Formats: sequence, C-alpha cells, structure tokens
Amino acid sequence: MEFFLQLVLNGLVVGSIYSLLALGFVIIYKSSGILNFAQGEFLLLGAYVFLAISSMHAPILAALLLTFAFSAILGIVLERVVLRPLIGEPIISVIMVTLGLSSVLRAIVQGIWGTDTRPLPTVFSLEPIQLGPLPIARGYLYSAVAVAVLLVILTAFFKYARPGIAMRATADSQQVALSMGISVRRIFALSWSIAAVVSAAGGVLLGTMRGGVDGSLAILGLKVLPVVIVGGLDSIGGAIVGGLLIGVLENLSGGYLDPVFGGGVKEVAPFVALVLILMIRPYGFFGKVRIERV
Amino acid sequence: MRSGEFHTSYRVDMAIFETARARWILTAFLVVLFVLPIFGSSYWLDVLNRAAIAVIAAMGLNILTGFTGQISLGNAAFMAIGAYTTAWLANRGLPFVIVIPVAGITAALAGMVFGVPSLRLKGLYLAMATLAAHFIVEFAVTHWDSVTGGVAGTSVPFPSLFGFTLASDRALAFLILPACILHLWFAKNLFRTRVGKAFVAIRDHDISAEVMGVEVFRFKLLSFGVSSFYVGVAGSLLAYQARIISPENFPLSLAIDQLGMIIVGGLGSVLGSILGAVFLTVLTELLRLATGALSGTFPALIQLFAPLKLGVFGLTIVLFLIFEPDGLAAGWRRVRNYFRLYPFAY
Repeated sequence: MEFFLQLVLNGLVVGSIYSLLALGFVIIYKSSGILNFAQGEFLLLGAYVFLAISSMHAPILAALLLTFAFSAILGIVLERVVLRPLIGEPIISVIMVTLGLSSVLRAIVQGIWGTDTRPLPTVFSLEPIQLGPLPIARGYLYSAVAVAVLLVILTAFFKYARPGIAMRATADSQQVALSMGISVRRIFALSWSIAAVVSAAGGVLLGTMRGGVDGSLAILGLKVLPVVIVGGLDSIGGAIVGGLLIGVLENLSGGYLDPVFGGGVKEVAPFVALVLILMIRPYGFFGKVRIERV
Repeated sequence: MRSGEFHTSYRVDMAIFETARARWILTAFLVVLFVLPIFGSSYWLDVLNRAAIAVIAAMGLNILTGFTGQISLGNAAFMAIGAYTTAWLANRGLPFVIVIPVAGITAALAGMVFGVPSLRLKGLYLAMATLAAHFIVEFAVTHWDSVTGGVAGTSVPFPSLFGFTLASDRALAFLILPACILHLWFAKNLFRTRVGKAFVAIRDHDISAEVMGVEVFRFKLLSFGVSSFYVGVAGSLLAYQARIISPENFPLSLAIDQLGMIIVGGLGSVLGSILGAVFLTVLTELLRLATGALSGTFPALIQLFAPLKLGVFGLTIVLFLIFEPDGLAAGWRRVRNYFRLYPFAY
C-alpha cells in the first residue's frame, strides 16, 4: 500500500508539470489550431538559458525572470517569422514546420551547449520531508506548489483579464473575434509567448528534478501528446486533469510492470493509453465533440 | 513549334510519358544509372544505395501522406519491422527474393493495424496515433530480445539467391536499384487505376469521396497497407545494407527525415519523392564532406557536424514550406514547361 501511495504521489508531482506543459500546448491549439511539436525544444531551450544565466552568478529569481522574458520574446519572434506565413496552409505543412523548427532549435542547443548532461543550480533542495506516512523530496513539494500557483494564475488570466478573454473569444470563432475589434494576430503571438514561458518553467522544474539538463529533456515534450489526448485537445481543464492522470499512470505502470518487462514501461505506457483513448473516445474526456455536416 | 499541351483523347491524357522525348530521356537516364555502379567508388556506391532506399521509403510515405492525406509519424517503426523481419528470416538461410516481400508484407500488416484508428481520426489526431505506434514498436524492439537482440542489435547476412551472395556495395546496388525502380513504376501506375484515384478522392474530401461511393475506411486501410509495404521493403534493404541493425537505426528522427523528404520533394508526386529523398541524402553527404574538408582549419567543426546537419535539415524544411510549399517537383515542372514551350509560352 505504501509503495502504491508513493507511486501515486510521485506521479501527481510529475503530472502537475505535464499539466503545465499541456496547458502551453492547448493554448496554442485553441487559439490558432496548430499542434506544436517543438514544445519539447522550448522546454529544453528554457532550461539551458536558465542554466546559462544562473552560471553568471545571477540570483535564482532574477535568472528565472530573465529566462521567462527570453522565452516570451522567442515565442513572439517564432510566431511572426515562421508560423504566420503558414496561416491557412494544410495541416501537414503546419505540423512539418513545427517539426522543422524543433530540429533547428535542438541544433542550436547542441551547437552551443553540447550533448553532455549539465547540472542545474539547485532551485529547491531535494532533502526529503515527511508527508503523513510518506517521505517526499522537498523540491517535489515546492515544484507541485509552484505549478499549482502558475495554473491558478493562468486560469484567472483566462477568466478575468482582458487579453485572456480575448484569447478565449478567438478560440471560439476567429471571425467574430475580429469583428469585435480583437487583433487575432496579436492573440496568436501572445499564445506562442505564453506557451514558451510555461514550457521554460516546466523545463527548469523537470531539470531540477532530474538533477541536470541534456537533450533527453526534449523527449518529455512529446509526453504532452498523451496528456492532451486524454484531456481533449481544446480543453484547459482537461489538460490539467490529463497531466495528473498520465503522471500517475506512468509511475504506477513503471512501478509495477518494469520488473516484468525489464524497464522502460514508464516511457511507453502513456502512448499505449493514447492509442486506446483514440480508439474509444477520440475527443478526450473533456474535449468538444466535432460533428461534421456537409 | 509547340505552343502548349493539347490532349485530344483520354488515352493521351492518361499516358505516363507526355511526349516521346520524355521516354527517351528516361531510358537514357536508366542506362546511365545502371552503368554508374560499375565505376563508382565504394563511398559513392554507399551513398547511391542509401539514396535509393530513401527513395523507396519516401515514395511509401508519399502514397499515404501525399496522395491519401493521412499524416504518419510511424515510418521509422514500420521500417524497423521490415528490417527485423529480414534479419530473422535471412539468418534462417532464406533467399532475398522471399525475404524482402515477406518483410514488406509484415510491415504492411502492422501498418494496417495502426491504420485502424484512421477510421475515426483525421489529420492531427492520426499524427499522434502513428507517433504512439513508433514508441510502442520501439519498446517491443528493445525488449523482445529473443528475436531482435534487444539494445545490442542483431546481424544480417549478405543477401543470397541459389548460392550467389551479393557481398559488396556494388553487388547490392544491382539489387537495390531495380527494387527502387520497380516500386516507383508500380506507384506511378497505381495512380492511374481506380484504387489510386480513390486515394486521391479521400485526400481531397473524404465526405465527398464517401458520397460518391468510395469506401473510405477500406481504401484508407489499403493505403496504409501499400505505404507500409514500401516502407517495410526499404527497411529490409536497409538491413541488408547496414549488416547490423539495432533500435538506434530507427529513431523518431528517421520518420521526420522522411516527412521532410516528401515536403521538400513535393507532396502527392512520384517525382517529388525521388527528388526530395535524393536531395536530402546528398545534402547530408555534401555537408559531411564540407565539414571533413574544413576540419583541418577548424578542428571544432567535427563536433559541430551533428547539430549542423540537424539545423540545416530543419532550416531546409522551414524554408521550403514558406517559400516553395509544393516542393522541388513543382519547381522542376515550371522549368520544364518553360523550355518545352520556348519561345511561345504564354
């Protein structure tokens, strides 16, 4: 039982970061209908930029803020230069351009920082504390709290702030939003920069948890796909629930099935879940069911 | 003097070669292609072989993605299935004339299994289903040690037939090139038949296709099958050529490379599959040669080769999508039409 609870707890912590990343993914999809396969590289780049700034003896908080600022600008620039020319092009072009983008970003990261694992400065100490009967690393707890705070801020932003409401309006119908005087282009740029910032935050947190950054961090960006499929591609609430579910699922399956298969179950379980859900409920548990009429 | 294309019968309109000259040019090209391996150095033979394999794989992907409109990120997985089937069968002494088709069929069956979700899914969702297929196959390949050799991989003997073995890159070229041409010829003809036209109808508008009597699900599955057969054959040839295969031969980036090839070449075009695959393979080689030549002056360049290759690949795709979305095939057609009708084009 203790083992089970421990796995669930770890799953929830990792899952909360997945939720954050999935949120970035869903924001872009909702506002502009683009699947961003470069999300993992945003995460990677964020973690490395944080590493570079903090290695110049900047205080952690300043380094974090600078990283976020960098990511925000990166998001805006990429949207303007790469994505905007492709508005209205077929899906395959848009998917491919984000895949091409991910290659370029990964190349930049590898070219500057190489492929060795680099230790991140400790944002949180990893010393365990007792949570009821279960020990949990202090950093995990702080990370979960940080994610929760970010999620609350973002949800409030969508509900009450003017740009947030404009973003929801754009997601609902671009035409109506345009006729109400919302600059849809600016909304696209905003959604890319928000996605880049939350990815950078996720990158720093995941990097701290794993004790360092290297190229494999980018693979975690792809785990966002099962998460958004579970939750429904266009649902913000679904992204949060989906993240937690996938986090728990991968930890449980890893914990119980790894001895059977000899490792690696953790990496594949989310994708098995993805296929199953696509077969049973393609629009996820919270997504909008699209009915096609001719 | 010609001033345009004027087709006066369906026969002419359906013909593979639009002009008699095109037929002669192709024949001459094939002759050169088959003479080339006799003189090529072992390095360039290797490049030629890999390019031809890439052409088969890109053609397969183009059948599914370019002609039927189903986006697939699972190509590396289907190639792996073809390759491991080859390793398993070839190590039991079967000749390549049996091994290669069986490898193709195994991959085709796997492709059809993962194509089942395409009944309900489109575009974005299908990309994810095939991506999941990649990770699941990768997991199976790394963990099914008794067949695949696990992480360490497994070796493949030289292809053989009735006691003859094709034991050099030169000999392999005479297996791989005909296989490549056969597959291209089949694809070119496929799209002159009912089946191929059904594929295109599904791509252009699936609901209209269904209304007009195309059984969408059946043809989607068939497209998955044909496409994966091509990819499986490519995987099989790759196994014969690489001699040792391990999961590292089939990373996700391989599937992305192949998508890049059909984007650069041109979606929904047989010629585009060839041009794209050859272009990207040769580009990588030129980059390798360039970094090799410059490494005397800039020793740091050797370490930068991997990121450089990745960056150039990504940049090529992004630039093509923004500036020439129809790919090299469209550019070629423009140039050709200009000269064909010169000076009376209007």
